Amino acid sequence: PCPRRLCILKGIYPHEPKHKKKVNKGSTAPRTFYLLKDIKFLLHEPIVNKFREYKVFVRKLRKAYGKSEWGTVERLKDNKPTYKLDHIVKERYPTFIDALRDLDDALSMCFLFSTFPRTGKCHVQTIQLCRRLAVEFQNYIIASRSLRKVFLSIKGIYYQAEVLGQPITWITPYAFAHDHPTDVDYRVMATFTEFYTTLLGFVNFRLYHSLNLLYPPKIDSQAEDELKPVEGKEYAMDSESYLERLSALSASLARVVAPTHEEEVEMDEFPVEGETAEQMDAKKKEQEALEKHKKLFEGLRFFLNREVPREPLAFVIRSFGGQVSWDKSLCIGATYDATDPSITHHIIDRPRVDKQVVGRYYLQPQWVFDSVNAKLCLPVADYFPGVLLPPHLSPFVTEKEGDYVPPEKLKLLALQRGENPEEESEEEEEEEEEEEEGDNDKEEEEEEDESEKEEEMKLQKMEEQKTQSTQSKKVLPVKVTPGKVQLEDKQRLEQEQQSEEKRLAIMMMKKREKYLYKKIMFGKKRKIREANKLAEKRKAHDAALKEQKKKNKKARQA
Amino acid sequence: FILQEASPKVFPFRNSMPSPHSRDFASPQDIRNTVGNIPMEWYREFPHVGYDLDGKRIYKPLRNKDELDLFLEKMENPEYCVGIPNGNVGRKASGLEFPLGMWKGDPIGLKFPPGTSGWGQGSAFPVFSQPSVDFFSHEVRIHPVTNRPADKRSFIPSLVEKEKVSEMVHAIKMGWIQPRKPKEKIPEFYDLWAREDPSSVLGRHKMHVPAPKIPLPGHAESYNPPPEFLLSPQEREAWEQQDPSERRLNFIPRKFPNLRSVPAYSRFIHERFERCLDLYLCPRQRKMRVNVDPEDLIPKLPKPRDLQPFPTTQALIYRGHSSLVRTLSVSPSGQWLVSGSDDSSLRFWEVISGRCLRTIPVGSAVRSVAWNPNPSISLVAAAVDEEVLLVNPGLGDKLLVAATDQLLDSWEAPEEERIQPVRWIPANPEERGKGIRLRVQHGKPVSQVTWHPKGDYWSSVVRNPGGRQVLIHQSSRRRSQDPFRKNPGSIQCVRFHPLRPFFLVASQRSVRVYNLLRQELAKKLRSNCQWISSMAVHPGGDNVICGSYDSKLVWFDLDLSTEPYRVLRHHRRALRSVAFHSRYPLFASGSDDGSVIVCHGMVYNDLLQNALLVPLKVLKGHAPTLDLGVLDVAFHPRQPWLFSAGADGTVRLYT
Repeated sequence: PCPRRLCILKGIYPHEPKHKKKVNKGSTAPRTFYLLKDIKFLLHEPIVNKFREYKVFVRKLRKAYGKSEWGTVERLKDNKPTYKLDHIVKERYPTFIDALRDLDDALSMCFLFSTFPRTGKCHVQTIQLCRRLAVEFQNYIIASRSLRKVFLSIKGIYYQAEVLGQPITWITPYAFAHDHPTDVDYRVMATFTEFYTTLLGFVNFRLYHSLNLLYPPKIDSQAEDELKPVEGKEYAMDSESYLERLSALSASLARVVAPTHEEEVEMDEFPVEGETAEQMDAKKKEQEALEKHKKLFEGLRFFLNREVPREPLAFVIRSFGGQVSWDKSLCIGATYDATDPSITHHIIDRPRVDKQVVGRYYLQPQWVFDSVNAKLCLPVADYFPGVLLPPHLSPFVTEKEGDYVPPEKLKLLALQRGENPEEESEEEEEEEEEEEEGDNDKEEEEEEDESEKEEEMKLQKMEEQKTQSTQSKKVLPVKVTPGKVQLEDKQRLEQEQQSEEKRLAIMMMKKREKYLYKKIMFGKKRKIREANKLAEKRKAHDAALKEQKKKNKKARQA
Repeated sequence: FILQEASPKVFPFRNSMPSPHSRDFASPQDIRNTVGNIPMEWYREFPHVGYDLDGKRIYKPLRNKDELDLFLEKMENPEYCVGIPNGNVGRKASGLEFPLGMWKGDPIGLKFPPGTSGWGQGSAFPVFSQPSVDFFSHEVRIHPVTNRPADKRSFIPSLVEKEKVSEMVHAIKMGWIQPRKPKEKIPEFYDLWAREDPSSVLGRHKMHVPAPKIPLPGHAESYNPPPEFLLSPQEREAWEQQDPSERRLNFIPRKFPNLRSVPAYSRFIHERFERCLDLYLCPRQRKMRVNVDPEDLIPKLPKPRDLQPFPTTQALIYRGHSSLVRTLSVSPSGQWLVSGSDDSSLRFWEVISGRCLRTIPVGSAVRSVAWNPNPSISLVAAAVDEEVLLVNPGLGDKLLVAATDQLLDSWEAPEEERIQPVRWIPANPEERGKGIRLRVQHGKPVSQVTWHPKGDYWSSVVRNPGGRQVLIHQSSRRRSQDPFRKNPGSIQCVRFHPLRPFFLVASQRSVRVYNLLRQELAKKLRSNCQWISSMAVHPGGDNVICGSYDSKLVWFDLDLSTEPYRVLRHHRRALRSVAFHSRYPLFASGSDDGSVIVCHGMVYNDLLQNALLVPLKVLKGHAPTLDLGVLDVAFHPRQPWLFSAGADGTVRLYT
């Protein structure tokens, strides 16, 4: 049987030997080494026999086809050997938390496969299963409100959710047709997906049950009534439309036990030993912030215009408690119309709005994502349609001391702290501009003055030289100049001394430690250098922008 | 025998055959007018009579069909005869649209279209087409179809069949053939972790190295990053020229004005695939990340300030030599300094004032000078080319100078001439006027001279690979001897032990310590360097330092081991000379990189405590010329002062 498939399914990976020469018969050529016990472990796997059976089945089937024995073909197909990966999942992840920790790749892969076309590349069933599982997972995230961060990158959309305390990050591609590469082995990916779908299915089951939700998911009956098409006719085949309605992400899910509303369980607080009151307070505050973050869009009603990506936006908005709808013709599951007066935010990605309805904000989609990352509803002015958007920052970066922090991030942090730096900065900018204009004039004047002074100095020097040359013929070329008093900067001296001490101590380090020290210092210096470079670039960019603005202003004035 | 009963047996395939009626349902002739129950005369003006199920017009048939048309139609359409004109449609409908009762009256199922009248009645041509007779209908006929009597075999049971059946029965009895199992309906997913028992966590899982997660994206990956994260044209070019594995970012940051203009990422599938490959093909290894504060790595040493006095600043420069100064030596009183240079002169300086008191031209480059360490003798040995000159500088106390001259002159030639390895030649009057008293001719270039602490014996090293290399001379008796029977390898440097009758010889790689009294090898120190350049002995006598051309300084503790106690790699280039201070715990090393490093080298009387080595000061001043920096260093005998001779032709004093 194919060892590659087995290794993938069982999660066996090569090991780096401690003594490469010893195990490689004295050569240092690059080779991959597996642990012997891993390979033995593979041989004990019952699925190996299943693979063998399958091989035999394929051979028999081919023979039957060749002989056109259709009865045999039918019989063989009826007895097609199947295998299950349940025990492998259990074996690889003995506890549920282990499985959650390793969910990143599984989710990314399932989301990718669910966007594949139904032809070629891989089985339709796999794609359908991936789509189903992905939708189920998204519905779980919405129901549990566990989404934390979203990031629109040039590669795709990153999401980060916190499920049972484990951060889970996945990436989904933008909704375009794939340009399928030729140098990719889809069989490898399919094998991975086979395992990942099994894993994700079991994880979904468990997650749904942890929230008292039905699995396979059912749309809440109340919501279902709302969603029923008005005409009373079936839109499409029932089973398909159900998944489609689920994937519309607009309806809440049915629970095993009917939810009792307005019953928030008061959490008892158990002080952990060795924890001070301050830490407790900080924890409490954090908890409160988290609760607030979960209810970020509660009470807001969004409407998605047809050109914005529906699925990510609906997912994000619903995960933070907002209500969302879209044009009826765009997708199934629209709950209200564009003309609904209760809409508060209209997400639009066009340069202009044709007909504006009073009483709602028309915003670009980035506002939703930035607000989620900032954990507060950002001021809307920067996100109006056709406006140059502020940069979209990565929520995954937490700047440490000494790192480069973009000015937008600083502004954001100030906003989060509750300050409102915008107005001030604008005023400052204006002031600065004015000041600069004044400065420029002064500088020009000063320059003129300086040039005059320089000329004078030159003349004086020339004169002196002349006089000297006349004198030097008579007098010896020995000159006594009064010594200058050198002021000793005590601080600087001390610093120099300290640095010299350090240098001398470094000289006394052992060879290995010195190597390590130099490596660490090199890394630190590179970091500083990069931060400085970024800061410099930003400064140059801002200066250029200002220059441009000024030019435009002048042009307008003229 | 009635056909009706037999027919299912004789024609068992009858039912499975597709009946001609069922085919009719799907035939394109099935045209219905959808206009409903309205007076058809409303359509009189129009070319059509209504609409079919697809909403297309149903056209009226051409009115004037001539006979030829009718004939052709008849011949082409096999169902012609069964058609019944449908007034509503205006065309012939196929027979099935009418209730079956209509057919009952017609025993053969024949029907003539109303346009034709029977068997070609009234037509120019006779109608030859035979209407098809449906023999095999559901109607029970009174006559059999064929008149052939039934075979015998149709009355007796088949043997072959019986055999087959019995085989199957036997197989069923034996359990070879089993009924097909009903497909089990098990749910695809269930609660896999319902019973999490801790025993299922095997050793495997503890040994398991989880795959590292994909690093999270930074600001540069955003579709709308801050402007500073975009690459400038130069950076972009550099990025493109880099090998894909070396790039720090695996994409080029781009900025899009809005979300709708963001395209699909072309390498998305690639990246997932590479991740898959990483997951199952990459060797995994647990690597401990060294999380140390670099400051902790720096050893805690006593502060140099607490270890004063030591030379810190350059105080004087002795200028005068026109070429590189190879060697220098300080008088035991500390008042004078002698330096030898490649400009073939010896210069005597006063230390305090920096004035050159005497210059003695010697005719060739001076390789080494050594001032007699005995304060009661005023004598300097200088190695010049192939001879060693003993010079009386005539500085300082007149009595001392005279006593030294007297000591040298008091020699009387022994009665029996001994065979000496060198020739002792008294200086001629002219040379004597310059201060030279004796010339000891070696016959080979001399590279080093050094005095015994008592001041009577001295030793010289001769560049004579393979032959006699070290000689020990006694100046009062003008005797010389070769201490070694065997050739100990190429010798770099020799020293007398300051207290005991030991003699240290540094060869290329090792230092040998000879006991002169017992005339045997006492110790051999292995230096672990490539090429020893110089050596100095601690005034206490138990420690030796060696400088080497591979920029190492090696400290030996003779009591401890024959291996180096400490190797110091302070200099960046080859060490040329090392020196100990005779009173203070200081030692210095001069190197080709133009620097002199002064270190604190405290040796404790307690045998259990190892020596403490602390670098104190890097003294710079000599400009490197001809790839050479500092060629010789020496300490002042009493003060913590340091002299260095450099390749730039100067001697410098650091205090």
